[in-house]
Amino acid sequence: MHAHADAAETAPNWPDDIFATLQRFDVRQVPYVPDAGHAKLINCVLASSTMRGIPLTTEEEGVALLAGAWAGGQRGVLLMQSSGVGNCINMLSLIPILRFPFLTLVTMRGEWGEFNPWQVPMGSTTQGVFELSGVQVLRASNAAEVPAVLQAAASQAYNALTPTAVLLSQRLIGAKVFTK
Amino acid sequence: MSKANLLDRRQVVSTLLAHRKDAVAIGGLGASTNDMCAAGDHARNFYLWGGMGGAAMIGLGLALAQPKLPVLVITGDGEMLMGMGSLATIGLQKPSNLSIAVLDNEAYGETGGQTSHTSTAADLVGVAKACGIKDSRAVTTMAEVEAFAKAVHDVSAGPRFANVKIDSAGLERILPTRDGTYILNRIRGDLGFQPI
Repeated sequence: MHAHADAAETAPNWPDDIFATLQRFDVRQVPYVPDAGHAKLINCVLASSTMRGIPLTTEEEGVALLAGAWAGGQRGVLLMQSSGVGNCINMLSLIPILRFPFLTLVTMRGEWGEFNPWQVPMGSTTQGVFELSGVQVLRASNAAEVPAVLQAAASQAYNALTPTAVLLSQRLIGAKVFTK
Repeated sequence: MSKANLLDRRQVVSTLLAHRKDAVAIGGLGASTNDMCAAGDHARNFYLWGGMGGAAMIGLGLALAQPKLPVLVITGDGEMLMGMGSLATIGLQKPSNLSIAVLDNEAYGETGGQTSHTSTAADLVGVAKACGIKDSRAVTTMAEVEAFAKAVHDVSAGPRFANVKIDSAGLERILPTRDGTYILNRIRGDLGFQPI
């Protein structure tokens, strides 16, 4: 029994749902730190003619980038993994101060069948870190709820300037399995 | 204790912004933001009072959103060192309208003048060049500052980077507004964007 059996062995469609929502909201800049959970979405972004995928060296760069994008009239979304949220904390202070639309999609590690103990501390505190930083948290735990969660998140982030993180749970993505 | 022959930071920033036309300027956390204000408040000045290390990335986001607009980041050596990875991100994106000028006094002037890495170890021009920013200049004269200020307006030839050696004299603080929402919305308004 592999922990990832319900995700990795069936080509997931939920990244397509996310991409469609981002297109609908006219998202243009997509900073990301490379991540297996976001791999399909990143490929969609890089193949898109309207969105620009922007690889970062660390997640906090993406927060500052989105502030600049909004100053210049564009919306963006930051793609990262739970471990990267900790890298953002000080830069998240720009969001309430500058009041720009902030949406981030976070693939979760450190939960639901995690095999690597090093992922657990940050995975366990991701939601708390966001909430302490003034970012509202929504979660998608299965593929069926992704479209509605993304619609809600994008709507409140871009229309109501409510900083929002969507946690894409490890149950949705599939726990990472390394074989010897 | 300023060394001889180093440039005056206010004169450098005044020169960079003297003929700014439609350029947007982003100041880093610390004295560079004060220098920008000292050169004259402007609707297209983006003053940072926090988010240390983020100035160059704000510049990148803005430059990509407005590719025909000159975008000039003016920051300090300490702020740039904190966001050094962003030079690699910028080198990869190659925004041709983005320019970065670092005011390098080899010290953390805001916090008591502690020596920075640029004094003996880190060569920011070398870093920028090695990150793929081909036009990376070491600037030590006002003539070179003037040439860089002119180049900022060529939005087809960047990105470009200048490390300007300035003296470490502590100057009177000229403080711009601290209201971040006002600062950002003033820029958006000047660029023609309506409030949400």
